[in-house]
Amino acid sequence: MTKPKPWLSLSGIGVFAVLLLAVAPLVLTDHWLNNLGKYCCWAIAAVGIGLAWGRGGMLVMGQGVFFALGAYAMAMHLTLETAGDRIPGFMVLYDPLAPLPMFWEPFRSAGFTLLAIVLLPVLLAGLLGYALFKRRVKGAYFAILTQALAVALATLISSTIRETGGDTGLSDFKYFFGFVLNDPANKLMVYLIAAALLIVCLLAVWQLYRSRFGELLVATRDAEERVRFLGYDPANVKLVAFVVSALMASIGGAMFVPIVGIITPAEIGAAASVLMIAGVALGGRASLFGPALGAMAVGWGQSSLGSTWPEGWTYILGLLFIVVILFLPNGLSSLPARFAAARRRPAEQPAPAIAVAELEEVRS
Amino acid sequence: MHVDALIAPLLNGSAQGALLLLAALGLSLTFGQMGVINMAHGEFLMIGAFAAYLVQQVIVASGLSIPVALPVAFGVAGLFGLLLEVTIIQRMYRRPLDTLLVTVGVGLILQQAALQIFPSQGVPVEKPAWLDGQLNILGYEWPLRQLFTILLAAVCVAALSAWLKHTSFGRRIRATVQNRDLAETSGISTRTVDRLTFFTGSGLAGVAGVAASLIGGTNSQMGAQYIIPAFLVVAAGGIGQLKGTIIAAWAVGVALSYFAYWTTGSLAQVLAFILVIVFLQLRPQGLFTVRTRSLA
Repeated sequence: MTKPKPWLSLSGIGVFAVLLLAVAPLVLTDHWLNNLGKYCCWAIAAVGIGLAWGRGGMLVMGQGVFFALGAYAMAMHLTLETAGDRIPGFMVLYDPLAPLPMFWEPFRSAGFTLLAIVLLPVLLAGLLGYALFKRRVKGAYFAILTQALAVALATLISSTIRETGGDTGLSDFKYFFGFVLNDPANKLMVYLIAAALLIVCLLAVWQLYRSRFGELLVATRDAEERVRFLGYDPANVKLVAFVVSALMASIGGAMFVPIVGIITPAEIGAAASVLMIAGVALGGRASLFGPALGAMAVGWGQSSLGSTWPEGWTYILGLLFIVVILFLPNGLSSLPARFAAARRRPAEQPAPAIAVAELEEVRS
Repeated sequence: MHVDALIAPLLNGSAQGALLLLAALGLSLTFGQMGVINMAHGEFLMIGAFAAYLVQQVIVASGLSIPVALPVAFGVAGLFGLLLEVTIIQRMYRRPLDTLLVTVGVGLILQQAALQIFPSQGVPVEKPAWLDGQLNILGYEWPLRQLFTILLAAVCVAALSAWLKHTSFGRRIRATVQNRDLAETSGISTRTVDRLTFFTGSGLAGVAGVAASLIGGTNSQMGAQYIIPAFLVVAAGGIGQLKGTIIAAWAVGVALSYFAYWTTGSLAQVLAFILVIVFLQLRPQGLFTVRTRSLA
C-alpha cells in the first residue's frame, strides 16, 4: 500500500482545523454548531478507536466505558458547581437527609476533575489492558470482554439512582468552570475547545502513525507472533495504543457533557459503544481522517435521522455494518485508492490489507 | 436463617444457568467449532420465542402448543441461521473479527423488524397448565417451569453430544474442526458441514427462545440481554468444550442468583461479569482446553 506523504496528511489536518475552528463558527447557526460540537466529541473517541482497532487490530467494543469515565467525572463536577453548597437536586428527591456520597466529594475541585478525566481512563485501561494482553487475550474475546464491561457499567449506573442519577442521568448544568453555560459566547467557547481537542488528537495519532511505535503497532496487528520473535513484547505495544484510545474516549466524553447538557447510561452502554465503532468502520478504520469523519457522519445520522425516522435509521445502521464491513473493510477512505487501482489494472483486485492481516492471524 | 433461603437461590440459579446453557449451546457450536462469532445469536433466540407465540395463535391449547413450538422454533431459527451463513458469513471465514461486526448489523436489523412486526411491549406466551405447579424441595416451592428448563437443557445437551459423537454428520463436523484441509482431502464437503453446523447452532438458539419465552417476556429486546452472558459462558467453559460450557453456565446462573439474593438484580449482573473476567484472567483458555501446538 502506498503511503501518503506525511506533509500531505499534516496539511489535511490544517485544512480540517481551519474548517472546524474558523469557518464553521462563521457559517453555522448556534443550533448546528452545538450539534457539530457533539459530533466532534464522538469523533475524538473515534480517533482513539481508529488507533486501537484500525492500527492495532484490537476491536474495542466497550469504549463507552471510558467515554463514561470522562463524561461522568465532568458531569459530577458541573452538577456540584450548579448545586453550590447544597446537595444536588436529584439526590434530594430520593433521600433529602443523606449526605453527598463519598466519591462525589473530590469532584468539587476543578483541578481534581480535570486530572480524573485524564487519569481514570489511563489507570483503568492500563490495568485492564495489562491483565488481558499479558495473558494474550485477543480477537473476539477481547472484543466481547470490553463490550461486557460497557454493559456492566451501564447496568451499574442505571441501578444506582441516588448516587449517579440512574437512567435519567445527570443534567441541568448551569456553569462550566465558572462560565454560564447558557451564554452563546460561552457555548462557542465550549465548542471551540472540543474542536481544538479533536485537532490535537488527530495530530497525536498522526505523529504516532509515523513513529516507530506506529510501525510496530501495525506489525503487531498483522503478525503478532513475528513481532514477538523479533524481540518485542506485543503486549506493551497494544497496551500503549489501548490506553491512548481510552484517554481519547474519556476526553470525548468529558466535552460531550457541557455541549449536550446531559449524560445517561444510554450514551455509554453497549449500543452506544457499537455506534462509535460504526463511524470508524464507515470512514476507514486504519486511515487518519476516516474514523473522525465517519464518526461525524454517523453522529449526524444518529441525531437527525435517529430522532425523525428512528426505524429507518436502525435499518440504515444495520445495513451500514453489513455492507461496509463485507465489501469495503477499509471504509470509504479506501475508495480513491481502489478506483485508482481499478483504473490501472482493471482485472486485478487489490487485496484488502485487513483480510491479509487476519489471514495471518488464523495461520498463527 | 431458613433452609429455603439458602436453597431457593440454588434452585432458581440452576434454572437460570440452564437457560444460559441453552443460549450458549448454539454459540459454542458455531463459535467453538467454526470460529464464527455470531452476534445475531441473541436475535435468533428472539425468533424462537416469537415462533412459540405464533404457534400458539394456531394451536390454542397451550398444553400442546409448547411441545409443537420447540421443533418449529428450532427449524425457523435454524433457517434464519442458514440464510445468514449462505448470504454473508461464508464470505468472511478469514475475517473472524469482522464477522462479529457484520452480525451486529444483522442483529440490529432483526431487532428493529421484530419491533415493527410485533407489538412493541411484547407478546404473551401462554404457559401450559402442566407447568403451573410447584415442587416442594426442603420447604421451598420450586416452580415446575424451572425444572422444565433444566430438563430441556439436559435433553438438548444429550441430543447434541450424541449427534456429534455417533452420527456420520457429527463425525464429519469433528473432522472438519480438527483439520479442515485433511477433512476436505478425505472427501468431506466442508461447505455442507459448515452450513449444517450453523443451522443446528442457530436452531438451538430458537429452542432457547421458547424456554426464555416461558420464563420472561417475549419482545424485540430479549435477545440482546442473552448474547453477552452466553458468550462469556462459552469463553469461560473453553472453546468447543461441551462439558466446560455446561459447568460454566451452571456456575454463572447460580452465582447470579446468589448475588441477586444478597444484593440487587442489576448489581448481581455486574458482579457476575467481573467474576467471569477475573476467571478468564486466571484461565484465558477457559475451564477445559484442547491442547494444541499453536502459539496463541
